[in-house]
Amino acid sequence: MDITSEGLNFIHSLDNFGGVNRKWLVRRDETTSEKYGTIPTLRPLNQLLDYGVVVVDKPPGPSSHEVVAWVKEMLNVSKAGHGGTLEPYQ
Amino acid sequence: MVGWGYPKVTGVLPITLGSGTKAVGMLMLADKEYVAVMQLHSRVELSRLQEVIKEFTGEVYQRPPVRSSVKRRLRIKKIYEIKILDVNYPYVLLKIACEHGTYVRKLIHDMGEVLGVGAHMRELRRVKTGPFREGEYLVTMHKLSEAVYLYKELGNESLLRKYILPVEYVVSHMPKVVIADGAIDALAHGADLAIPGIVRLHEGINKGDVVAILSLKGELVALGKALMSSQEIMENSKGYAIKNVRVIIRPGTYPKLWGKYKTITTNTGS
Repeated sequence: MDITSEGLNFIHSLDNFGGVNRKWLVRRDETTSEKYGTIPTLRPLNQLLDYGVVVVDKPPGPSSHEVVAWVKEMLNVSKAGHGGTLEPYQ
Repeated sequence: MVGWGYPKVTGVLPITLGSGTKAVGMLMLADKEYVAVMQLHSRVELSRLQEVIKEFTGEVYQRPPVRSSVKRRLRIKKIYEIKILDVNYPYVLLKIACEHGTYVRKLIHDMGEVLGVGAHMRELRRVKTGPFREGEYLVTMHKLSEAVYLYKELGNESLLRKYILPVEYVVSHMPKVVIADGAIDALAHGADLAIPGIVRLHEGINKGDVVAILSLKGELVALGKALMSSQEIMENSKGYAIKNVRVIIRPGTYPKLWGKYKTITTNTGS
Protein backbone atom coordinates (compact mmCIF):
# COMPACT_ATOMS: atom_id res chain seq x y z
CA MET A 1 0.00 0.00 0.00
CA ASP A 2 1.31 3.49 -0.77
CA ILE A 3 2.10 5.85 2.09
CA THR A 4 -0.79 8.24 1.37
CA SER A 5 -3.36 5.43 1.63
CA GLU A 6 -1.66 4.22 4.80
CA GLY A 7 -1.91 7.72 6.26
CA LEU A 8 -5.57 8.07 5.33
CA ASN A 9 -6.29 4.62 6.79
CA PHE A 10 -4.66 5.71 10.04
CA ILE A 11 -6.80 8.88 10.07
CA HIS A 12 -9.94 6.77 9.62
CA SER A 13 -8.84 4.50 12.45
CA LEU A 14 -8.51 7.62 14.63
CA ASP A 15 -12.11 8.56 13.77
CA ASN A 16 -13.23 5.07 14.79
CA PHE A 17 -11.29 5.22 18.04
CA GLY A 18 -12.72 8.63 18.92
CA GLY A 19 -16.27 7.70 17.89
CA VAL A 20 -16.40 10.31 15.11
CA ASN A 21 -18.98 9.56 12.41
CA ARG A 22 -18.55 12.70 10.31
CA LYS A 23 -18.27 12.44 6.55
CA TRP A 24 -15.05 13.50 4.84
CA LEU A 25 -15.08 16.26 2.25
CA VAL A 26 -12.28 16.11 -0.33
CA ARG A 27 -10.94 19.38 -1.76
CA ARG A 28 -8.35 17.74 -4.00
CA ASP A 29 -6.33 14.58 -4.46
CA GLU A 30 -2.86 14.97 -3.08
CA THR A 31 -0.11 12.58 -2.03
CA THR A 32 2.41 12.77 0.78
CA SER A 33 6.15 12.29 0.33
CA GLU A 34 7.97 9.22 1.67
CA LYS A 35 10.93 11.46 2.44
CA TYR A 36 9.51 13.35 5.39
CA GLY A 37 7.59 12.54 8.54
CA THR A 38 6.28 9.15 9.70
CA ILE A 39 2.97 7.34 9.91
CA PRO A 40 2.30 7.77 13.67
CA THR A 41 1.93 4.02 14.34
CA LEU A 42 5.38 3.43 12.77
CA ARG A 43 7.23 5.97 14.90
CA PRO A 44 10.46 4.61 16.35
CA LEU A 45 10.31 4.27 20.14
CA ASN A 46 12.42 7.37 20.82
CA GLN A 47 10.00 9.48 18.75
CA LEU A 48 7.00 7.79 20.32
CA LEU A 49 8.31 8.82 23.74
CA ASP A 50 8.28 12.43 22.53
CA TYR A 51 4.92 12.24 20.71
CA GLY A 52 3.00 9.69 22.68
CA VAL A 53 0.30 9.18 25.27
CA VAL A 54 0.04 6.45 27.89
CA VAL A 55 -3.37 5.82 29.42
CA VAL A 56 -2.68 4.95 33.04
CA ASP A 57 -5.13 3.24 35.36
CA LYS A 58 -4.58 5.56 38.30
CA PRO A 59 -4.08 3.69 41.58
CA PRO A 60 -6.06 4.87 44.65
CA GLY A 61 -3.19 6.21 46.78
CA PRO A 62 -1.14 8.87 45.00
CA SER A 63 -2.33 12.11 43.41
CA SER A 64 -2.50 12.51 39.62
CA HIS A 65 0.53 14.74 39.93
CA GLU A 66 2.56 12.04 41.66
CA VAL A 67 1.53 9.47 39.06
CA VAL A 68 2.73 11.80 36.29
CA ALA A 69 6.06 12.29 38.08
CA TRP A 70 6.53 8.50 38.35
CA VAL A 71 5.68 7.90 34.69
CA LYS A 72 8.06 10.68 33.70
CA GLU A 73 10.88 9.09 35.65
CA MET A 74 10.05 5.54 34.57
CA LEU A 75 10.03 6.42 30.87
CA ASN A 76 12.83 8.97 31.26
CA VAL A 77 11.00 11.75 29.41
CA SER A 78 11.64 15.46 29.95
CA LYS A 79 8.00 16.49 29.96
CA ALA A 80 4.67 14.86 30.74
CA GLY A 81 1.16 16.07 31.45
CA HIS A 82 -2.17 14.55 32.43
CA GLY A 83 -5.61 15.06 30.95
CA GLY A 84 -7.52 16.35 33.96
CA THR A 85 -6.82 15.59 37.61
CA LEU A 86 -8.44 12.65 39.31
CA GLU A 87 -8.34 13.36 43.04
CA PRO A 88 -10.20 12.27 46.18
CA TYR A 89 -11.47 15.79 46.90
CA GLN A 90 -13.22 15.95 43.55
CA MET B 1 -4.19 12.53 51.61
CA VAL B 2 -4.72 8.81 51.23
CA GLY B 3 -5.86 7.96 54.70
CA TRP B 4 -8.98 8.28 56.69
CA GLY B 5 -12.02 10.00 55.31
CA TYR B 6 -10.93 10.20 51.69
CA PRO B 7 -12.71 8.13 49.06
CA LYS B 8 -10.82 5.72 46.82
CA VAL B 9 -10.28 7.36 43.43
CA THR B 10 -9.00 5.42 40.42
CA GLY B 11 -9.34 5.12 36.68
CA VAL B 12 -8.52 6.48 33.24
CA LEU B 13 -5.70 9.03 33.48
CA PRO B 14 -4.12 9.75 30.09
CA ILE B 15 -0.56 11.06 30.37
CA THR B 16 1.02 12.79 27.38
CA LEU B 17 4.75 12.44 26.87
CA GLY B 18 7.37 14.97 25.78
CA SER B 19 6.31 17.39 23.04
CA GLY B 20 2.96 15.59 22.90
CA THR B 21 2.14 17.37 26.14
CA LYS B 22 1.23 20.42 24.07
CA ALA B 23 -1.97 18.62 23.10
CA VAL B 24 -3.03 17.74 26.65
CA GLY B 25 -5.42 20.70 26.95
CA MET B 26 -7.79 18.90 24.57
CA LEU B 27 -8.19 16.12 27.15
CA MET B 28 -8.66 18.45 30.08
CA LEU B 29 -11.54 20.09 28.22
CA ALA B 30 -13.05 16.77 27.12
CA ASP B 31 -16.13 15.16 28.68
CA LYS B 32 -15.65 12.55 31.39
CA GLU B 33 -17.52 9.47 32.59
CA TYR B 34 -17.41 8.07 36.10
CA VAL B 35 -18.69 5.15 38.09
CA ALA B 36 -19.24 6.21 41.71
CA VAL B 37 -20.38 4.59 44.92
CA MET B 38 -22.86 6.80 46.75
CA GLN B 39 -23.42 6.03 50.41
CA LEU B 40 -26.82 7.13 51.70
CA HIS B 41 -27.01 8.21 55.33
CA SER B 42 -30.55 6.89 55.66
CA ARG B 43 -33.02 4.88 53.63
CA VAL B 44 -34.92 6.49 50.75
CA GLU B 45 -37.45 5.15 48.28
CA LEU B 46 -35.91 4.13 44.95
CA SER B 47 -38.53 6.21 43.13
CA ARG B 48 -37.48 9.29 45.13
CA LEU B 49 -33.84 8.64 44.29
CA GLN B 50 -34.73 8.36 40.61
CA GLU B 51 -36.60 11.68 40.82
CA VAL B 52 -33.63 13.46 42.37
CA ILE B 53 -31.26 11.96 39.79
CA LYS B 54 -33.48 13.36 37.07
CA GLU B 55 -33.31 16.78 38.76
CA PHE B 56 -29.53 16.65 38.74
CA THR B 57 -29.34 15.76 35.05
CA GLY B 58 -28.83 18.74 32.75
CA GLU B 59 -27.26 21.91 34.10
CA VAL B 60 -26.21 22.08 37.73
CA TYR B 61 -24.63 24.84 39.76
CA GLN B 62 -21.46 23.90 41.58
CA ARG B 63 -19.12 25.81 43.84
CA PRO B 64 -15.69 24.14 43.72
CA PRO B 65 -14.68 22.53 47.04
CA VAL B 66 -12.31 24.33 49.43
CA ARG B 67 -9.46 22.09 48.35
CA SER B 68 -9.50 22.73 44.64
CA SER B 69 -7.22 24.19 42.02
CA VAL B 70 -9.70 26.68 40.57
CA LYS B 71 -11.31 29.91 41.78
CA ARG B 72 -14.21 29.14 44.09
CA ARG B 73 -17.04 30.83 42.28
CA LEU B 74 -20.34 29.27 41.29
CA ARG B 75 -20.01 27.41 38.01
CA ILE B 76 -22.57 25.82 35.74
CA LYS B 77 -21.70 22.25 34.75
CA LYS B 78 -23.52 19.96 32.33
CA ILE B 79 -24.48 16.51 33.55
CA TYR B 80 -25.35 14.48 30.46
CA GLU B 81 -26.55 11.34 32.17
CA ILE B 82 -26.79 9.71 35.58
CA LYS B 83 -27.67 6.01 35.61
CA ILE B 84 -28.31 3.77 38.59
CA LEU B 85 -26.29 0.61 37.99
CA ASP B 86 -27.02 -1.13 41.28
CA VAL B 87 -28.60 -0.49 44.68
CA ASN B 88 -27.53 -2.29 47.84
CA TYR B 89 -28.51 -0.08 50.76
CA PRO B 90 -26.76 2.06 51.93
CA TYR B 91 -24.78 1.96 48.69
CA VAL B 92 -25.90 3.10 45.26
CA LEU B 93 -23.69 2.46 42.24
CA LEU B 94 -24.00 5.33 39.76
CA LYS B 95 -22.67 5.98 36.28
CA ILE B 96 -22.25 9.67 35.54
CA ALA B 97 -21.42 11.31 32.21
CA CYS B 98 -20.49 14.96 32.64
CA GLU B 99 -18.67 17.99 31.40
CA HIS B 100 -15.03 18.52 32.41
CA GLY B 101 -14.53 20.17 35.77
CA THR B 102 -17.60 18.62 37.39
CA TYR B 103 -17.00 17.64 41.01
CA VAL B 104 -18.68 14.25 41.40
CA ARG B 105 -18.14 14.22 45.17
CA LYS B 106 -20.01 17.51 45.38
CA LEU B 107 -22.73 16.26 43.04
CA ILE B 108 -23.36 13.24 45.29
CA HIS B 109 -23.29 15.37 48.43
CA ASP B 110 -25.81 17.78 46.90
CA MET B 111 -28.08 14.89 45.84
CA GLY B 112 -27.99 13.72 49.46
CA GLU B 113 -29.09 17.16 50.62
CA VAL B 114 -32.01 17.24 48.20
CA LEU B 115 -32.98 13.69 49.21
CA GLY B 116 -33.06 15.01 52.77
CA VAL B 117 -31.10 12.09 54.21
CA GLY B 118 -27.56 13.10 53.32
CA ALA B 119 -25.05 11.12 51.27
CA HIS B 120 -21.39 11.00 50.46
CA MET B 121 -19.15 9.54 47.78
CA ARG B 122 -17.47 6.38 48.92
CA GLU B 123 -15.52 5.47 45.79
CA LEU B 124 -14.92 6.98 42.38
CA ARG B 125 -13.63 5.46 39.17
CA ARG B 126 -13.17 7.43 35.96
CA VAL B 127 -14.13 5.18 33.06
CA LYS B 128 -13.73 7.70 30.25
CA THR B 129 -11.62 10.79 29.52
CA GLY B 130 -12.35 12.21 26.09
CA PRO B 131 -11.73 9.34 23.64
CA PHE B 132 -10.01 7.07 26.18
CA ARG B 133 -11.88 4.28 27.96
CA GLU B 134 -10.94 1.14 29.82
CA GLY B 135 -9.56 -0.43 26.63
CA GLU B 136 -6.70 -2.90 26.27
CA TYR B 137 -4.31 0.07 26.22
CA LEU B 138 -5.26 1.01 29.81
CA VAL B 139 -2.20 0.19 31.91
CA THR B 140 -1.52 -0.05 35.64
CA MET B 141 1.68 1.45 37.03
CA HIS B 142 2.80 -2.11 37.74
CA LYS B 143 2.32 -3.32 34.16
CA LEU B 144 3.98 -0.19 32.80
CA SER B 145 7.05 -0.80 34.94
CA GLU B 146 7.15 -4.39 33.66
CA ALA B 147 7.07 -3.11 30.09
CA VAL B 148 9.92 -0.70 30.87
CA TYR B 149 11.91 -3.55 32.45
CA LEU B 150 11.38 -5.78 29.41
CA TYR B 151 12.70 -3.02 27.19
CA LYS B 152 15.66 -1.99 29.35
CA GLU B 153 16.83 -5.49 30.25
CA LEU B 154 15.95 -7.47 27.15
CA GLY B 155 15.66 -4.76 24.50
CA ASN B 156 12.11 -5.90 23.76
CA GLU B 157 9.89 -2.90 23.08
CA SER B 158 6.69 -4.77 22.17
CA LEU B 159 4.91 -4.24 25.53
CA LEU B 160 5.97 -0.61 25.73
CA ARG B 161 4.62 -0.03 22.22
CA LYS B 162 1.35 -1.64 23.24
CA TYR B 163 0.89 0.87 26.05
CA ILE B 164 2.31 4.03 24.49
CA LEU B 165 -0.07 5.26 21.82
CA PRO B 166 0.82 7.90 19.24
CA VAL B 167 -0.25 11.32 20.59
CA GLU B 168 -2.73 11.62 17.68
CA TYR B 169 -5.18 9.51 19.71
CA VAL B 170 -5.56 12.49 22.05
CA VAL B 171 -7.42 14.34 19.26
CA SER B 172 -9.21 11.29 17.82
CA HIS B 173 -12.62 12.53 19.02
CA MET B 174 -12.21 15.97 17.43
CA PRO B 175 -13.16 17.28 13.98
CA LYS B 176 -10.17 17.02 11.66
CA VAL B 177 -8.59 18.87 8.75
CA VAL B 178 -5.90 17.23 6.60
CA ILE B 179 -3.28 19.40 4.92
CA ALA B 180 -0.72 19.09 2.12
CA ASP B 181 2.96 18.43 2.88
CA GLY B 182 3.81 21.88 1.52
CA ALA B 183 1.66 23.64 4.12
CA ILE B 184 3.08 21.85 7.17
CA ASP B 185 6.25 23.79 7.88
CA ALA B 186 4.53 27.16 7.72
CA LEU B 187 2.10 25.94 10.38
CA ALA B 188 4.99 24.51 12.39
CA HIS B 189 6.32 28.08 12.49
CA GLY B 190 3.01 29.44 13.76
CA ALA B 191 1.26 30.50 10.54
CA ASP B 192 -2.50 30.23 10.19
CA LEU B 193 -3.92 27.76 7.68
CA ALA B 194 -5.17 29.11 4.34
CA ILE B 195 -7.63 27.24 2.14
CA PRO B 196 -5.16 26.09 -0.58
CA GLY B 197 -3.22 24.06 2.02
CA ILE B 198 -6.30 21.99 2.88
CA VAL B 199 -6.68 18.63 1.15
CA ARG B 200 -9.67 17.14 2.98
CA LEU B 201 -11.76 17.90 6.03
CA HIS B 202 -14.63 16.69 8.16
CA GLU B 203 -18.13 17.77 7.29
CA GLY B 204 -20.03 19.98 9.74
CA ILE B 205 -17.21 22.10 11.15
CA ASN B 206 -18.61 25.44 12.29
CA LYS B 207 -16.83 28.75 12.64
CA GLY B 208 -15.22 28.82 16.09
CA ASP B 209 -14.88 25.03 16.45
CA VAL B 210 -11.56 23.69 17.70
CA VAL B 211 -10.12 21.27 15.14
CA ALA B 212 -7.12 18.96 14.81
CA ILE B 213 -4.87 19.69 11.83
CA LEU B 214 -3.24 16.51 10.48
CA SER B 215 -0.73 15.68 7.76
CA LEU B 216 -1.67 13.19 5.04
CA LYS B 217 0.26 10.61 7.08
CA GLY B 218 -2.00 11.38 10.02
CA GLU B 219 0.58 13.26 12.10
CA LEU B 220 -0.81 15.92 14.42
CA VAL B 221 0.53 19.20 13.04
CA ALA B 222 -1.35 21.72 15.16
CA LEU B 223 -4.60 22.51 16.91
CA GLY B 224 -6.66 25.25 15.36
CA LYS B 225 -9.84 27.26 15.57
CA ALA B 226 -12.05 27.35 12.48
CA LEU B 227 -12.43 30.79 10.92
CA MET B 228 -14.79 29.30 8.32
CA SER B 229 -17.30 26.46 8.19
CA SER B 230 -16.59 23.24 6.27
CA GLN B 231 -18.95 24.44 3.59
CA GLU B 232 -17.20 27.81 3.19
CA ILE B 233 -13.85 26.05 2.95
CA MET B 234 -15.22 23.80 0.18
CA GLU B 235 -16.80 26.69 -1.73
CA ASN B 236 -13.82 29.08 -1.66
CA SER B 237 -10.30 28.90 -3.04
CA LYS B 238 -8.45 31.42 -0.91
CA GLY B 239 -8.41 33.06 2.51
CA TYR B 240 -7.56 31.91 6.02
CA ALA B 241 -9.65 28.95 7.09
CA ILE B 242 -8.15 27.89 10.42
CA LYS B 243 -6.40 29.96 13.06
CA ASN B 244 -3.31 28.27 14.45
CA VAL B 245 -3.83 27.82 18.19
CA ARG B 246 -1.17 25.32 19.25
CA VAL B 247 1.72 23.93 17.20
CA ILE B 248 2.51 20.29 17.93
CA ILE B 249 4.85 19.15 15.14
CA ARG B 250 8.51 20.11 15.30
CA PRO B 251 9.56 22.76 12.72
CA GLY B 252 11.75 21.19 10.05
CA THR B 253 9.90 17.85 10.07
CA TYR B 254 8.73 18.75 6.56
CA PRO B 255 10.67 20.97 4.13
CA LYS B 256 10.17 24.69 4.06
CA LEU B 257 8.17 25.29 0.91
CA TRP B 258 6.45 28.46 1.96
CA GLY B 259 7.42 31.37 -0.19
CA LYS B 260 7.73 29.01 -3.17
CA TYR B 261 4.00 28.51 -3.55
CA LYS B 262 2.34 31.85 -3.10
CA THR B 263 -1.07 30.26 -2.75
CA ILE B 264 -0.08 28.17 0.23
CA THR B 265 2.08 30.82 1.90
CA THR B 266 0.60 32.46 4.93
CA ASN B 267 2.26 35.46 6.44
CA THR B 268 1.13 35.66 10.02
CA GLY B 269 4.39 33.91 10.99
CA SER B 270 7.69 35.76 11.01
